[in-house]
Parts: sequence; C-alpha cells; structure tokens
Amino acid sequence: MDLTLKVWRQDGPQDAGRFETYSAESISEDMSFLEMLDVVNERLVEEGTEPIAFDSDCREGICGTCGLMIDGQAHGPQRATATCQLHMRSYRDGDEITIEPWRAAAFPIMKDLVVDRSPFDRIVEAGGFITAPTGSAPDANLIPVPKEDSDLAFEAAACIGCGACVAACPNGAAQLFTAAKLAHLNLLPQGQPERYQRTEAMVDEMESYFGSCTNHGECQAACPKDISIDFIALLNRDYGKAKFSGRRKRAD
Amino acid sequence: MSTTQQPPRHGTQAVPPVQPPRKRTPLWVVDLYGSAIGKKYVMAVTGLVFMGYVLSHMIGNLKLYVGASELNFYGEWLREIGYPALPHSGLLWLLRIVLLASLVLHVHASWSLTRMNRRARPQRYQSRRDYIAADFAGRTMRWTGIIVLAFIAFHLADLTFGTANPSFEPGDVYGNVVASFSRWPVALLYVVANAALGFHLYHGAWSLFQTMGWNNRRFNHWRRYFAVAFALIVAVGNVSFPIAVVFGIVS
Amino acid sequence: MQLDAKIPAGPIADKWDSHRFDVKLVNPANKRKFSVIVVGTGLAGASAAATLGELGYRVKAFTFHDSPRRAHSIAAQGGINAAKNYHNDGDSVFRLFYDTVKGGDYRSREANVYRLAQVSGEIIDQATAQGVPFAREYGGLLDNRSFGGAQVSRTFYARGQTGQQLLLGAYQAMARQVHEGSVDLHTKSEMLDLVTEGGRAVGIVTRDLGTGEISSHSAHAVVLATGGYSNAFFLSTNAKACNVSAIWRAHRKGALFANPCYTQIHPTCIPQSDDFQSKLTLMSESLRNDGRIWVPVEADDERPPNEIAEDERDYYLERRYPAFGNLVPRDVASRAAKGMIDAGLGIGPRRNGVYLDFATAIGRLGRDAIEAKYGNLFEMYANITGEDPYAVPMRIYPAPHYTMGGLWVDYNLMTTVPGLYAIGEANFSDHGANRLGASALMQGLADGYFVLPNTISDYLAPLLGVQPPPTDHPAFTQAVADVTGRVDGLLAVKGTRTVDWFHRQLGKILWDYCGMARNRAGLEKAISEIRALREEFQTDVRVLGGGETLNLSLERAGRVADFFELGELMCRDALYREESAGGHFREEHQTDEGEALRDDDRFAHVAAWGWNGPDRDPSLTVEQLQFEHVKLAQRSYK
Repeated sequence: MDLTLKVWRQDGPQDAGRFETYSAESISEDMSFLEMLDVVNERLVEEGTEPIAFDSDCREGICGTCGLMIDGQAHGPQRATATCQLHMRSYRDGDEITIEPWRAAAFPIMKDLVVDRSPFDRIVEAGGFITAPTGSAPDANLIPVPKEDSDLAFEAAACIGCGACVAACPNGAAQLFTAAKLAHLNLLPQGQPERYQRTEAMVDEMESYFGSCTNHGECQAACPKDISIDFIALLNRDYGKAKFSGRRKRAD
Repeated sequence: MSTTQQPPRHGTQAVPPVQPPRKRTPLWVVDLYGSAIGKKYVMAVTGLVFMGYVLSHMIGNLKLYVGASELNFYGEWLREIGYPALPHSGLLWLLRIVLLASLVLHVHASWSLTRMNRRARPQRYQSRRDYIAADFAGRTMRWTGIIVLAFIAFHLADLTFGTANPSFEPGDVYGNVVASFSRWPVALLYVVANAALGFHLYHGAWSLFQTMGWNNRRFNHWRRYFAVAFALIVAVGNVSFPIAVVFGIVS
Repeated sequence: MQLDAKIPAGPIADKWDSHRFDVKLVNPANKRKFSVIVVGTGLAGASAAATLGELGYRVKAFTFHDSPRRAHSIAAQGGINAAKNYHNDGDSVFRLFYDTVKGGDYRSREANVYRLAQVSGEIIDQATAQGVPFAREYGGLLDNRSFGGAQVSRTFYARGQTGQQLLLGAYQAMARQVHEGSVDLHTKSEMLDLVTEGGRAVGIVTRDLGTGEISSHSAHAVVLATGGYSNAFFLSTNAKACNVSAIWRAHRKGALFANPCYTQIHPTCIPQSDDFQSKLTLMSESLRNDGRIWVPVEADDERPPNEIAEDERDYYLERRYPAFGNLVPRDVASRAAKGMIDAGLGIGPRRNGVYLDFATAIGRLGRDAIEAKYGNLFEMYANITGEDPYAVPMRIYPAPHYTMGGLWVDYNLMTTVPGLYAIGEANFSDHGANRLGASALMQGLADGYFVLPNTISDYLAPLLGVQPPPTDHPAFTQAVADVTGRVDGLLAVKGTRTVDWFHRQLGKILWDYCGMARNRAGLEKAISEIRALREEFQTDVRVLGGGETLNLSLERAGRVADFFELGELMCRDALYREESAGGHFREEHQTDEGEALRDDDRFAHVAAWGWNGPDRDPSLTVEQLQFEHVKLAQRSYK
C-alpha cells in the first residue's frame, strides 16, 4: 500500500517545528508502524534528507521507549497497543497519517518525534520504591500475599512508562503513571510501612511537572497496557489519608 | 523521601520543574489545598453541596405544578425553618453563606487548576486530536461552568432580588416565575442554562467519585448510571418550568 | 598471558563463603572515598549500582536510554530460576548447579555456577521484598513452574513479564539511591571508550546522545553491565539499541573476550515476514510446556494446518527425544527446527517456520486455562501476525537471542584489565556454551546484587588514599580525542549506503555462516566477506546530520562499526573451536544421529581472545576448565 505521511520535524529543543509531507510506498501490511518509518527513513537517507528521528527500542511493546501521536491518538488507533506493536494492516492504501511527538512541558522535544521523559524518573526517585537494601530480605514465602492483591498489584506494575497517559490527557497530567507506580507498591503488604510518605512524595513531585486530573479517562484509553483509572481513585484516596492522618514525617 | 534535596542532574535529563514551587504551610488544610489533588477534593465536596442544593431546589419548585398558594407557602416556609430557635430567614442565610463560600472555592480551584493545566502543555497539538474517552461534558466543563455562573447571576437578579424582572412582587413566587418565563427569551435562556447545568452535573457527579477515591470494582459501573440519572432528573425538572409556562400549562 | 581465574580453594560448597571471608574489606566510613562507574542499567547494572550505593560507594551510573528502566532485561518473559525447592520435588543448590553446567554443555566454570545456584534463593527473597509481584498460589505463597527442560519446578515468574518486574525492582532500588545522592545517574549517555592508566581501568568517555557532548568520567573502578551482542546478526530478539560497543571498546583496551562464538538461538520466535523486518519477536519458551511442535510429513504441503491429519504430521521433537519431547534445551530445539526447514519441510508463506500447536492442550485443559497461562503471549502473537493462535497453530522459528560469550572474568568478575569488571550478559562466566531458560535473569541479578558488591572491595581496599587520575589527565584527553576522531570520521565518509544496509549485510553473513550450524569453509568465507564489507563501510557509509544533536544514524554507525570487528572474532572463535558444544554447532563434529559432538580432550577450555589491532590476528589464551563435581557426558535428552 502507498501512504502519505505528515510528520512533525523539529531540529532541536529550541527550534520551531513544522509538518513535512512524505510518501511511504509499497508498504506491506505485516510491517509494524515503526518499520514503515524505517523504510521511509532509508529512502530519505538515499535522497540526502536527514531521517526522521523517532524513539524505539525493544519493538515488542514492553520497554516503553516508542510513542507517537498518530492522527490525534497516542500510540495510534489500536487500543492497548504501543506504537511498535501497531501494524500496518490497520491502514488502507491511500491513507494520510499525521504524526506528532508527545506534547507536554515536562516532555521537551529533543528532535523531531523524540521527547525527554525523565520527569517520570524524578517521580519514582521521590518515593516509588520499597526500602529493602540488598541482603536484608526475609524468606520470600514468609509473608503470604493474597493472590487477588498480588494480581491487582501486577496490573498496576505492568506500566511501561511510555508517557502516553500524559500525551493523551487534555490537561497534560501524569496521574495514571503515578497511580500505577503507587498502586503497585501500596497494594502489597511489603509496601505498607512507607505507604503514605510514598504517596505524598510522589504526588508532590508529579505536581511540580504535570497538569491536574479531571477524570476524562483519556489516559486509560491510550494506555498500551490498559491500566485502569481505578488506580487514580486509589491515589486520590491515599493522598487524602496521608494528609488527614498527618503521617508525613517532619524529618524533611 | 524529602522533596527538598535535589540530586545532581546531567545533560539531557535536566528537565526543570514546570509548575511554580509550592509554598508549604504547617496547617494541613491549607497545605492540602495547595496541591492539585486538594483542590480537586474541594471541587468535589463543594460540588456535592451544589448537587444537594440543585436537587432540592428543583424538587421544591415542583410545587409550581400544584398551584400558586402551595408554591408561595413553600417559599415563605423556607424563611421560617428553625424559627423560633433561629431568627427569621436564619437557616436560609446560613445556607446562602455556605453556597456562596462553596461557589468561591469551586471557582477558585477550577481557575487555578486550569492555569496549572495550561502550564503543563503550553504548546498544543498541532494536528486535530481524536478523543476516545473524553466526552463532550468533560471537555466543556469550563464553558458550562461559566454559563452556569452567569446564569446564577441573572437568576438571582430575576427571581430573588427582582431587579431583572419588571413585574417582580416580593413574596409572590408563583407570579414572579410565571411573569418571568412568559418572556420567551428568558425562557429560552433558562432552557439553555439548565442544559449546560445538566452536562456540568453529569461529569461532576461521576468525577467526584474518582476524586474522592470512592471506588470499588463491584459498584464502579453504577457511578456512570448515577451521574446520568442525577443530571437528567435535575435538568429535565428545571427545564420543564419555563416550558410549562411558555406553553401555558402553568399560568 | 596466563589466566588466573582466582577460584578459591576448598570444597565447592564452601568456596563462596571462604572467599567472602578472604577478600579485603573497605571500612564503612571509607566506602564513600571510592567512586565506581557502572555502565548499563539493566538487571545487572541497576542491581549493582543500587547495592554499591547502599553500601556507601559513590556510584556513577550510565545508560544510553532516556530512563534506566528501558534496558532490554525488561523484555525477558519466562521467569527466573532459584533453588528454593518450594515444591519439594527434589531441587537443591547442587541440582541447579548440575543442571546449569550440563545445560551449558560442560563449558562453564564450576565454581562460578555453584555460587550462582547458592545465591539464587536470595534473589527471590530480595525481589519479593522490593515488591516484585511474582505469581502466587491461592494460599498466598509463591508459584513455580517448570521451564526450559528442567525436571523440577524452580522457575518463579510474573505472568509473561518477569524481566520487566525484576528490572523495575532493581531500577526502583537504584532510584532510591539516586534520591539519597549515592548514585549519580547519567541518562542518554553512551560509553564510547574505556580509559586506562598504568594498566588499570580509571574511567570512561561518553557521548550525550541529546547534545553530542563528549565527556570524561574518572573513577576507582569501572563495571560494565552492557548486555550481549546478538544484534551482530541484525535480526535478533534483542532491542534495536543493544550493542557490543562498551565491551568491545574495553576489549580493544586490553580485556580478553571469551568464547565469542557461543551464541544462543532461541527456538520460539515469530518467523520473519518480510525483508524490511527490523527485529524478531520472541514468544516465551514456556509455550513449549503446552504447545506441540510439528511439521507436515510431506515437503511443500500447501494445506492449512488444521486440514493436515494427525498421521501426516511429524511431531519431530517428541519422536526424536521421547524423554524430554518438546522441552529439550534451546540449542537442541533450534537445531532440530533448522533441520526440518533445510529439508524443505518449513511452513508458512516464506517456508521459514514450524508449527507450535495448542490444539491438544486446549482440548485437555480448555481454552480458559490456556488463556490464563499464556493470554498475553497469544495476544501479542495475534497482533503481530494477524492470526488467531487459539484457532490455528503458531508459526515459530529460531532467532538469535542471547550470547553466552563475553568479556573474560575471574571469580571476582574482574576482567583482565585490573579495575574493570563485567557483569550480567556482558561477561562469559556462567552459561558455558548454552544458557538454560530462566537463567539469564538469575545470573544478572546474582552478579549485581550479591557477587560484585562482595568482591569489588578486594580491588578497592588497597587503593585507599589513591585518587584516580583527573579527567584532564593525558589518558583522558587522548581517549576523548580518539572518540571525537571516530565520530567525526563517520560523519565525514559521506558515502552512498545507509547504516542499516551495512548492518543487514553483516547480519546475513553471520546468520548464514556463523548461525545455528557452522563449518570451516563457511566461516573462512564469512571472515573474508566481513573484512570486505567493513572496508566498504569505512568508505561508503552515509551518515547525515551533525554530531552536536540527537543523531540516531550516527549512534548506529558507531555500533555497527564495532559489530564488524566482533563479527570477525565470532567467526575466528567458531573456526578455532573444532567441536560442537551447546550453541556452537560445527557440522564437521556431530554424532551419527546429527547431535552435537564435543571434544573434551582438546576443547574443555575457555578461549579468550586478545586484541592486536583491526587487521592483525587476535591472540589466544586458554583457561582450562576443571570438572570435579560434574561428570562430563554426552548430553542426552532422549
């Protein structure tokens, strides 16, 4: 199939960007979306044009490196699918596809379609862990964890940190990412001792970079791992509890 | 887990904070309001106050269909609740103060959250967004909110203070309503404003469960039904009044 | 050069304990006087950085990703082995040790493997304490499964995303240290050279992938945790950015490279569908627990699989290996699949696959049970191929997946360059000629959490009071000049062919001649073809754009340049090793039944290669392997 692409090109973080139009020819439907871009890039290089910069790594939907705004949808039209797992059989010959980078003040564009998502790491560094220094752990079967709790924690832990939730959110909020990270730890017995400090620290860090949640649910719809906004309700609840019970240590 | 200590940052990872630094205060309520989630709590709680208010306001006004004396008596009774334990109009004024305070907080919180959201995405998407989950009601909250706010001002001038109603008679609730709604542009305004209120209520009524963290996988799907039903009942009830007057069902 | 593996004396079960007693320690108050560079933040790197930080060392961690959490460890699906014996099915440290040495076709170092088995249980404890959501039984205790040909259930797993969950655990532990200030994290920073001074590793030179800035970092010791080199084949299950450059640069600075020809070809990947394919996707080996592998009896059978009757199918693994059936080790399963396809029995549009059929399992357990076990894998398969694996059998084919070879390290995980350590897939130590399923995660975390943090003090302790050379030392300025020259050189070629074109050609040569089956003629041909291609690359590669911005072609060009040199060494090693062992199959050395034939008299050793320059033959040093606890035998899975 032959396609027309409108692609956002931007030389660097400080430069103005613009859409450029390229044609993608003889695309097989078995290709992934990124392989289609590879083909376009090979041709651009042959023509002497600098290739389109886009992020990707594992190309099997787990590393969270890739992420494009495709026709106004984060990761494109297929639900619960990262860009690298979107295949060209979702498109028809002659389609025009518009591709933009994630847009958020906390995700500055480095070049073309590549953004810097390091504020996510800042949120995790603020408290997204269980303090268990190497060597200090008791036997793994010492604390039984109800299967339901463990499964629910897993659903949250499946987050790949791609940033689609921020990209899709009309407010540029990172609630789903933060909620997923929090819920993973807050739902497990191991995560209880630090539960409320963690919640407060991570939410505060999040709010220094991102917008606020207005419960649109757009993040859940864009999430390649189908993470539920139920976890956002948990985040809200835990944050309230953290504040009401004044559990925050004044040791800051 | 302090947020004050900042480890060194390098090269491309030095993304500076987007939002202005928060002033911290030891008073937990104020500190909570300083966070976006705290503001959302305030919006949800004040929203609940409004929900209670608009629902009872609508139910009370159904007396329009019973007759003039019933409605006027009801209007008078509102001033006398609690008397003589409370002074005349005591509870009414208390209610008005609560409503006004809620309104101020609701508007302030939404205003500052909106500013926060604008800072979070200073450059909008340059191509058309294709929303999947965000519905019309959710995306137009600011606009329906502004419409409802403007409408409240007019509504007070029209039927509480009477300044926007040339034939206003204090105490004659029934007569004032009929007189006001007999002007078709006013009736139309009421219909439009209440439609906006309906949309606002729909998103708000659903949203508050999320914000307050009231969720449980067993009843989560009921939150949507509740929001639809609540918004519909209030909006349909309210819209029926001007329509009933315009079509002469009530005169 | 004489290789001293520093294996502690004494009974094998006591070696690790007595060694930990013998190593020199650094006083807790003095630890912060030592700086350690950790390159790579996958399982091994993140766990090492976190643990060294917890101990009090000043750690600088480097990743070329925008976040440490993106390392390719994240893609490991199946699970992690540990000798917990939670199932009371006869597992033990000794059995895990024995299975690993045997699975590695008797080409690994006994003492290292035994230690790996010893610490395996602690890894599970550690990960669980961090909140890794391993699969659990209804009683709340941890679940296990049998995996990759093991006769016991010792594999812990978190659905099909075990690697992701373990990496998040290690990453979060490291994030805590970043916040504490003991780990200084550098993202989007690619190591382009190792700096040595007076024969010791003293630092690295990096390029900021966002700004192109070249910078130097000095430290008392350097730890490389940069993974394997399967991407030399271009098409592999590795992530696009996985590369050999960090360990290759270390190799060029004096670190010996051990057993480069030991590459693992994973049997259950989705076959290539077109010529533009960028990578191959692995389907977890756990699928072989319930899937049955077959091809049609007749070549070029055009019928859809479901119309081929039972007696017209050849369940060749079950036929040839009745004891293990579909669960034979990876190398055996891969080679068998290649044999079928070479014999013209391949299936699918490109005749490049074999069937992995779940019909029997679905009939026996029901669709729901299969969905509960493999739901996400089935979904992934359906998404990629557009076929429904519940209705038609999956198509699978082997693909490069893991490399057992790597930098030579001693028992302390130190390379032949003092102060330079290699951990995880980047070293050669534990898997011999073939790695067992669910052992990569175990080894990466064993090295990072438990081994390196306990052995590194032995090197550091005597350096108390000694400062590593500053970054304006000539050793650094020279390395920076070399790196800058290389980067500018790539940009200056301005040839006609893209980097990916060259990489594909290289990959094809390696796959054809140094893939699942190798022979003398083919390897000799490959060496000359790789040399010719490398020369063409140096004069005809086209890298557009500049060096001062994000430039993905430039990054890839540097990595491919190193793959050329490595590719040649892989072939040389394969040519040298006149036997078949694990992932290395020399067609000249096989049994009458076509199974791998080792030559223990001549080749029960590690072949460690030294760099002598791009156009000079590498020098060979051998480390003789001693087997005192495992009886060398022909591996049999019949």
